[in-house]
Amino acid sequence: MTIAEMVAILDAKVLCGQDELAQEVTTACGSDLMSDVLAFVKEKTVLITGLTNVHVIRTAEMLDIRCIIFARGKVPGEDVLEEASELGIVVLTTHHTTYTTCGKLYMAGIRGNNECEQAQR
Amino acid sequence: MQQHAMMDVFNITALDYASAGDASATIKRKLKQLGIDSTVLRRIAVASYEAELNLIIHSMGGTLTLSITTTEIKLVSRDVGPGIPDIERALQEGYSTANAEARNMGFGAGMGLPNMRRNADDFTIESEMGKGTQIQMRFAI
Repeated sequence: MTIAEMVAILDAKVLCGQDELAQEVTTACGSDLMSDVLAFVKEKTVLITGLTNVHVIRTAEMLDIRCIIFARGKVPGEDVLEEASELGIVVLTTHHTTYTTCGKLYMAGIRGNNECEQAQR
Repeated sequence: MQQHAMMDVFNITALDYASAGDASATIKRKLKQLGIDSTVLRRIAVASYEAELNLIIHSMGGTLTLSITTTEIKLVSRDVGPGIPDIERALQEGYSTANAEARNMGFGAGMGLPNMRRNADDFTIESEMGKGTQIQMRFAI
């Protein structure tokens, strides 16, 4: 699905990257622990998190993550959004919890990052 | 011994959490410009970021050195202490001595060294208490 479709499913608000919503998305991962994101993400994916500091953007930059969804209605600071914007990363916020956000996307066909990796073996 | 075509040294300041990722982002952009394959580039970026974070969170300050040749990328992390008392233990996933500040930022889960080792084609670590730690990582390109 596209990021635009994800926005509709999650009733999300686009905080930056409005011009990039046509990008295709197939997998996602959900974590507040950037250490784990750095250790387990192996492909371009969507990151769902409740952590809103600038290190989330830096982690996304290292891993080529193109879209970050902040759950529980969290909105990061302007500095964080500016950095994401410079890097061309789409940032969304949804009022759903991390669990519900993941569930809604899974029901719509978005699979886990590791699951895809296992299927490829 | 292969001649190093290019070398960059980045100074990393202990406990300077705000700067975490600056050196690795510069390294990644530079390697991208050189046309390094995106899968290899991501492995280098992750290993570099983990090394940079470790220098900030655990060391008393150090450097991250990037060397580029026609066949490989080499990253070397050097610090001035305090040294790792038990390297085998530090290499275990989940073992961490990170403080609350690092954990609040989303790090310090004990994945850093194992993740560097996993991403590099060749990984060596040497540490001496009171002297410091040196980590060398090589990536074939």
